Amino acid sequence: MGNWVDRIAEPWGGRTPYGRHQPWPARLDTYLAEGVGPDDVERWVQTASILHSDGDAMDIAVRDGAMVGVRGRVVDRVNRGRLGPKDAFGWQANASPDRLTRPLVRQGGRLVETDWDTAMDLVVSRSRALLQERGPGSIGFYTSGQLFLEEYYTLAVLARAGIGTNHLDGNTRLCTSTAAEALKESFGCDGQPGSYDDIDHADVIALFGHNIAETQPVQWMRILDRLDGSDPPCLICVDPRPTQVARRAAVHLAPRGGTNVALLNALLHEIIRTGRVDHEYVEARTVGFEELAKTVAPCTPEWAADICDVPAAKIREAAELLGTADKFLSTALQGVYQSHQATAAAVQINNLHLVRGMLGRPGAGVLQMNGQPTAQNTRECGANGDLPGFRNWENEAHVADLAKVWNVDPKSIPHYAPPTHAMQMFRYAEQGSLRMLWISGTNPAVSLPELSRIRSILGQERLFTVVQDLFLTETAQLADVVLPGATWGEKTGTFTNADRTVHLSDRAVEPPGEAKPDLDIFLDYARRMDFRDKDGGPLVTWRDPESAFEAWKRCSAGRPCDYTGLAYGKLRGASGIQWPCNAQAPEGTDRLYGDGIAWAHPDACETYGKDLVTGASVSVAEYRSLNPDGKAVLKAAEYLPPHEEPGGDHPFQLTTGRTLYHFHTRTKTGRTPQLNAAAPDVWVEISAADAAAEGLGEGDLVDVTTPRGSLRGRLRVTGIRPGLLFVPFHYGYWDAPSGCGPDASTPGRAANETTITDWDPVSKQPLFKTAAAAIALVERADGRPSAAPTTTASAPVPALAVPATEGGPAAHVLEVREPDADNSPGSAR
Amino acid sequence: MNGITLTLRALHHGERSLAKQLSTAAERHHTEHEVHHVAQDLVLWSNDHCRRVAETGRHYELDLDGPPEKSAPGLVSTLREKSAEAVGRRPEPGLLLLHDLRELHLAAAGNSLYWEMLAQAGQAAKDDRLVELASFCHPRTLRQMRWTNTLIKTLSPQILTSV
Repeated sequence: MGNWVDRIAEPWGGRTPYGRHQPWPARLDTYLAEGVGPDDVERWVQTASILHSDGDAMDIAVRDGAMVGVRGRVVDRVNRGRLGPKDAFGWQANASPDRLTRPLVRQGGRLVETDWDTAMDLVVSRSRALLQERGPGSIGFYTSGQLFLEEYYTLAVLARAGIGTNHLDGNTRLCTSTAAEALKESFGCDGQPGSYDDIDHADVIALFGHNIAETQPVQWMRILDRLDGSDPPCLICVDPRPTQVARRAAVHLAPRGGTNVALLNALLHEIIRTGRVDHEYVEARTVGFEELAKTVAPCTPEWAADICDVPAAKIREAAELLGTADKFLSTALQGVYQSHQATAAAVQINNLHLVRGMLGRPGAGVLQMNGQPTAQNTRECGANGDLPGFRNWENEAHVADLAKVWNVDPKSIPHYAPPTHAMQMFRYAEQGSLRMLWISGTNPAVSLPELSRIRSILGQERLFTVVQDLFLTETAQLADVVLPGATWGEKTGTFTNADRTVHLSDRAVEPPGEAKPDLDIFLDYARRMDFRDKDGGPLVTWRDPESAFEAWKRCSAGRPCDYTGLAYGKLRGASGIQWPCNAQAPEGTDRLYGDGIAWAHPDACETYGKDLVTGASVSVAEYRSLNPDGKAVLKAAEYLPPHEEPGGDHPFQLTTGRTLYHFHTRTKTGRTPQLNAAAPDVWVEISAADAAAEGLGEGDLVDVTTPRGSLRGRLRVTGIRPGLLFVPFHYGYWDAPSGCGPDASTPGRAANETTITDWDPVSKQPLFKTAAAAIALVERADGRPSAAPTTTASAPVPALAVPATEGGPAAHVLEVREPDADNSPGSAR
Repeated sequence: MNGITLTLRALHHGERSLAKQLSTAAERHHTEHEVHHVAQDLVLWSNDHCRRVAETGRHYELDLDGPPEKSAPGLVSTLREKSAEAVGRRPEPGLLLLHDLRELHLAAAGNSLYWEMLAQAGQAAKDDRLVELASFCHPRTLRQMRWTNTLIKTLSPQILTSV
């Protein structure tokens, strides 16, 4: 038996409380399409969620060759059977009638349907011509955080060793590059130290700029279950918005945008001042403590209070909790990564753990999060501005090792400079030295900053743009060639979540029309380009997902992200497994760095580090003298004011972000009825005090303008920090009258019309959290509220000002507590 | 006027001039966004050095100015930014960028050597004030040099092989 719960109205469902150090109880969530009962399901096909980074394991229900529903996987360590709202409903987008089913090519200014041979011939002939006339530096690849491991790895091999270009990056640049960089700076190498299981054991959980209730709703269920159980943890929340996390926090700090480093330095100052440093740990496992102590010495809570505009007493309170915690867990996401001094701030979070000796034990861990479902694979496969397997591009031995795996000359793998990051690739395209850009599984015409600039770059005649996607996105509309991709549920592969858990995702149904798995498209390109290894054999020797996975295992062997102990057969039917998984750890590894900092030695590290202010490289000689024994590096950073501050004509600070019901640019969630209805249009959040001062109210139509551009949306009055405006970044134009960008028929709708082209010089992650903006009334609400959900951080003030967000019967999910471990089907509706 | 005051004067001049060069580069390379933003951050360091040298200079009977006041964007800087945007679609400014980064590096290297001299003089004269000044400022000058070097290393392969 179970409960039917409207999971739009109650996104986190019912509680299964549990006490500290207890296992998280299972709860089986099932959602089947209208009119389908459990007995109608012919097959359940194993997969995991593709609409966020949590890695919720689930099964797809199949009947008559079509998807008809999903259920959580009770056996899985990540979600123990639960589904988030996007997991439960998002699969319906696969069957949208406007899926791309045939390749398109531009003819006479219009995109027209064609066959695969014609489209691929065009891509191949342009690639060959550019290689001959302008060299490999004229070709770039911009990929995703939503493809599969096998696809990224294949792309990395063909781009780096086939074409020989340094220009390969993912849209993970926008979501997780700071997480990777912060781990590299502190531990010498990428790799998530903590585990989601740390939630079960921590007595303090600190969430820095991480609205986990909306970005990883299933892990928020876990925290809620602990809050309702015995010996619950205390939460510390750093967020300028009144998120669900903030509402449940023991201490909520809502700092001014762009001041995270000041706040974190004050926390470190207090921990050092009050004598809470674990000196034995610091001595044994770290270098750099003296420099850190010197840097934070003047950073008193009063000093930070002035900069951050939060009470000094609250900073002390948070520091006291961190300083006295038995075991604490920290997590961070876009409030840190997409803000000013991103890496410098994320590194200070690592430093909190290092000075307190809180690492690598149950409950004592750091989770530098990802936003996207497969971002971890983009990073480890070398499609996110790094060499595959976390190899160091500056270390000749690492490059030689990679060349051996690929059987190529080391010189054919560009490693004279850091792999080019996405923002720089777009700059090269703007300035004309990059002439072909192949974009797979992402939508930069909505997701990158300063969209008028991005549209003008992509629209250039001289730039040949290939777009590989499911739908005719805003970006695809600007392409020269559009390749229809198959997606999750229509292809087989693996992917890895934010806590290193590897899941297998099997094909459940056939892709629509002539759409092909991204892997098949890349393999086809490699074949047509006839890429060769140094002995004249084919460079890419695999032909399907499983053989690609086996090839990746060879590349990962002996590396931090070692997959050699994994196989499709081992992942099928079981729980996901955390890497490294090899002969020494055949069941995977729950936490890194319990027995020392394994990958920071000068000969092993992925990077020698960067200056946290300028982004300048640290040389190998400097790194060797600083850290000869390969310990963790306590890296200090001084606070710098943000580059754009409010004032004059632009009196507000503007931040962009996410909502629970949508993912990325809504290509799937906007085509999912329940999710779309929960948040159908863009909105603008303003504090009650600012609304009163400006004479504005709920539902008023406003223009938000920055020096880059403007967008129009209805106002939601909330408990957000005064002086700050918030706009969700998901909305674009595919479902607006213009279809592609703002014009006479369609005012600006994408948040990125307004954002600044600026990035963290260390991680190269663009800033989306610190712009200066003006707001102006366009039209009174006249009783019409904004489209913002009431269940989330966008909840209205006063609470009853607008109708509550509900999904109705179409959003009812069956929740079964204490289910059988074999995922036995729930009762019929 | 002795060797120490000469060195302080030279540093004062060198940091002021580096700050100015950094500001100019930030404007001229407005469409190279990382250069534009980080160069402005680094102006703050040179201005701070200038202020500290001027303060220290008072103990050696030197009357040195602080850093120039930040003026509102004037005609010249607006022109520089506009012309950067006008040629932002062309590859040739890449060569100018490499040239400017090299000049910035050499200017910072010049300052670095003066800081070295000042630190040595301070030690020889057992003058803690000078040693403290140099040990505070010199590392930041070296960081300015590493920044320009890193950018040159990163950008020159594309710029020099595509023009």
